Formats: sequence, C-alpha cells, structure tokens
Amino acid sequence: MTLLSIEGLGICFGGIKAVHDVSFAASPGEVVSVIGPNGAGKTTLFNMISGVYRPGSGRVVLNGEDVTAMSPHLLARRGMCRTFQNLQVFQTMTVLENVIAGFHLQESGDVLSDLLNLPAARRRAKDAEAGARELLRRLGLERAAEREAGSLSYGSLKRLEIARAMALKPKVLLLDEPAAGCNAVETEEIDHLIAEIAASGVAVLLVEHDMKLVMRISSHIVVLDHGEKVAEGDPATVSRNPAVIAAYLGADDAAR
Amino acid sequence: MRLTPKSATLLILVALIALAPVFFPSGFYYRVGALVFVNALAVTGIVILTGWAGQISLGHAGFAGIGAYACALAPVHWGIHPALSVLLGAAASAVLAWLVGRPILRLKGYYLAVASLGMGILISMVLNNERALTRGPDGIGVPELGLRAVLKDAGLGLSNGQFWYFLCGIALVVGAWAALNLRDSATGRALRALHGSEVAARTVGMDVARLKLQAFVISAVYASVSGSLLALQNRFITPDVAGFLHSVEMVTMAVLGGVGSVAGGIFGAAVLTLLPQVLTVLAEYEQLVLGAVMVLVMIFLREGIVPSMLRKGRRREE
Repeated sequence: MTLLSIEGLGICFGGIKAVHDVSFAASPGEVVSVIGPNGAGKTTLFNMISGVYRPGSGRVVLNGEDVTAMSPHLLARRGMCRTFQNLQVFQTMTVLENVIAGFHLQESGDVLSDLLNLPAARRRAKDAEAGARELLRRLGLERAAEREAGSLSYGSLKRLEIARAMALKPKVLLLDEPAAGCNAVETEEIDHLIAEIAASGVAVLLVEHDMKLVMRISSHIVVLDHGEKVAEGDPATVSRNPAVIAAYLGADDAAR
Repeated sequence: MRLTPKSATLLILVALIALAPVFFPSGFYYRVGALVFVNALAVTGIVILTGWAGQISLGHAGFAGIGAYACALAPVHWGIHPALSVLLGAAASAVLAWLVGRPILRLKGYYLAVASLGMGILISMVLNNERALTRGPDGIGVPELGLRAVLKDAGLGLSNGQFWYFLCGIALVVGAWAALNLRDSATGRALRALHGSEVAARTVGMDVARLKLQAFVISAVYASVSGSLLALQNRFITPDVAGFLHSVEMVTMAVLGGVGSVAGGIFGAAVLTLLPQVLTVLAEYEQLVLGAVMVLVMIFLREGIVPSMLRKGRRREE
C-alpha cells in the first residue's frame, strides 16, 4: 500500500534545474533513503515534499490526496512531519517545551481559554506535557528536560528534533541528515530509533551521508545526481549499480 | 511549597502595589503610580507581541489613541457609559488590528516595523484632523467614570489619586495574570516557537499567520485599555496619546526592562516613568542622563534589566 507518492517532481532556480522529474513511493513501515553527492538536490527535494518550496512540476500525493505545495502546517495535520539538516530547534525554549510544541495540534484550543487559564486549557497543557516527558524518556533526554535547548550538545539536539517530530505521531516522517555530525555511538542510537519508528508503521524518508547507516536500515534507496534520479532499488542492487558508483566516485574512476 | 515563576511574579506585583503607598510622602505619588501601571499595561501587550512572538510594532500608540478617544467620544455622542466605552474601544482596536494585521504581518523585521509605524501615524492624523469629532490637536475633555462616587456611597471613600492608583493597579494585575497564563499555554508556546524558528513552527502544525495575528490583536487590546485608563483619569486627552513618540516609548520600556518577560516589561515601564520624575533635580541634564542609562543598559544587560539580573542570580546560585 502506497502512503506517499512523489510523481515527476521538479524545480528550477534561475533557469538551473535543481531537481528534475523525480518519482518514487513510500509505504508504511518502509525506510526510503535518498542519497547522492553534495548538491544533488536531496534537501531541495525534501523541501518540495514538505511544502517549504513550491515545485515547478510534478505532484506529491499523500494518502490518495494531492498535497503538492501545501503549507507545512496543513501537511502536519495530514500526518507529515520533518526534521532539518541545519537544526531548527526553538533555542530559547526548554527542551521540554520544544517537545510539547510538537503536540501543538492536539494541545491548541481557543486563545481565550488560554488567556484565562480555564480548566480545559490546563488539561490540554498537562496532557501535552505528560506525552512530551514520555518521549524525552524514550530518547534519553529526560534529564535535560528543564534546560534551555540552546545549551544541548549537537547530537542531543538532533535527537530533540526527532522527539519533537515524533510528538505529532506522523504517518510520514522526513529526516534530513539525522546522523550528520554525530559520533559513532550517537549514530547507532539514531539508527535504532529510525528502525523503531519505521517498525511502528511510519513511512520514513531519509537523507543521509553515512552510507553504512543507509545500507543497514533502508528498505529502498533512491539515488540522485545533478537533480535527477539515476537509480533506485534495495540496498544490494543500488550499491552494485554502475551509475551510482559513477555519481559517487566520478565517471572516470568508474570507467577505469 | 515552591512558587511557580508565575505566582511569584503576581505575588510580588500585588505586594508592591499594595505596600508602595505606605512610603508615599504626598498624594502626588498616587498619580505617578497610576501612570506607571497604565504604561506597564501597554508594555505587557508589547511583551506578548515582541518578546514572545518576535513581531515589532512601532504603531501601538494608535490603539491607545483609539481606546482613549472611545472614552472621550462614545459617552458624549452615543450616550454609552464610560466603563462600557473602554470595552467598545478595545473591540474597535481588536477589529482594526485584525484588519491591518492580516496584510502587514506577512512582512518581517524592519519592514513590519515601518508598516506598523505607518498605521500609527494614520490613526494619529485622523485624531488630529477630524476636528469636528475630536477637536483636533488641542485635545478633548473626557467624562467622569463615576465609579468613585459609587464606592463612596458604599462607604469606601478614596481620594481621586488613590482611586486611580488602585483601579489601574488592579487592571495591571489582571493584565499581567492573563499574559502569564498565555505564556505557558499552547498559544504562548507556539508564539515563542515561531519566534525561534518559523519554518520549524510550521512543520509541527502551527498556523504561523494566524498566531501572529492573535498576538497582534491581543497586544492592541492591551494598548487600547491602557489608553482608555489614561484618558479617564486625566479627564482630558490630546492626539499625542496616539503619537509616534508614545509608540516608541512603549517599545523602549519593554526592551529596557526585558521584552521577553512580563516582569521585565513592567519594571521597564516603572523605570522610564519614574526616572524622568527623579531626574528633574538635574534640570537640563535630565535627558542626557536618561539617554546614558538606556545606552548602558543595552550594552551591559542586553536581554533587559530583569532577565539579565535573574540570569546572573541563577549563575551565582550554581
């Protein structure tokens, strides 16, 4: 069953085709990785899928509904959430508040009851806090709950961003380089976490440079080069594909 | 029992308002106190808009003008009780903020500042030029609220200064209470989140445009009520209440005291209302010292007086 399908997605920046005619699909429980050299258009592709950029061509279909160029907050309502390559954490808020923010859709009610601190608003806030503390425990961040997010280490911030995204209970989760800048131990933790999320029935889309990580956890790999899809398939097939080797090592090396 | 920061702030505020009169050498100080509270109320709105949501307005005095002139005009022209005129002014400010906010809150940073500045100037121009209604730059009388007489009949005799001191004090406590409620609610958290990262706020499902508009409308209501209270206690109002200088004053008070915290905003309002009174002994050097104080605070206590001091205190504890 296809949950998310990307159909011929493309975008130009000032006449240059940053991404051109990329198609693939993802089902619940799958980890689909998008790989390719720097500048291949991976993050641009993510930005189009998640509604940050408006695609020049093609469609994004989520759960049978055309959601192309839909605003990110509406996509969140439909079960799509993402993390960012350049961390987008709410720096001046506490770690706990960051994760509670992920419960916004469940937590938010009318402003008036928030201003007057009515019982309904208190109950909503309490539920969100309980959920957030549970997630922090799962991700091993519970001891940092009251700290300002900006004071966390890079690896912890990466996990915090994932915790915040998980708070939405997404059906599709886009992770943009979740292991970038993390040490071996942290990478392994993230590896387990992604597998766990996928096992719970979430379709995970992953952009990642750590090839060991990608090969280990992906069920499907899409390879981009110069904005175009050059190969796709399961990890074993992709790693033997000459076009992939060319894209990563350069055409000359592959020919030799 | 450990107090939450919210209860602590409110408790200190109530205690200060209740106990300060013990130290007043003369009745004049009630009037200065009431002025502090009125300014602090408007600044609390700025804390919500600028400190939390990160949106800058240089036109909020316009809403104070609407609140003030509602109390001057509605009782005379439509026979509405001055107390209800406060609500009418607040409603009018909210509607105007909603209409103006929709287009201008798409702008960011200084573009938004300039657009809101334009809005403030327009309101101030209307008040200056619609002489038939507002009597122009010379100002206009404001009817008596009448509540003091009611209290006197009920056996609570207060001087005019005392009455306004306590009424504005209560208004400030209610305003601060609502703002502190908002801060830790879903809406307040979302406002602070979008200030941190708009793109991340969107991805967790926050309707950023709607949230900014809510903050803008709420802060407009604070400014409007503040303007109404000013008009009712002075019994006279001029278009200066809506002027650019008043807008700048609100933002300056908030930033000086600490725009990210309700306590900071109130403290900033107190400092910038009281300091000129204290500095009158310096005569012509008053403005010079005031300016120097502001520059020094911004250099050494960048987050504003209250948040910077709290941070230093916390560090010492650790």
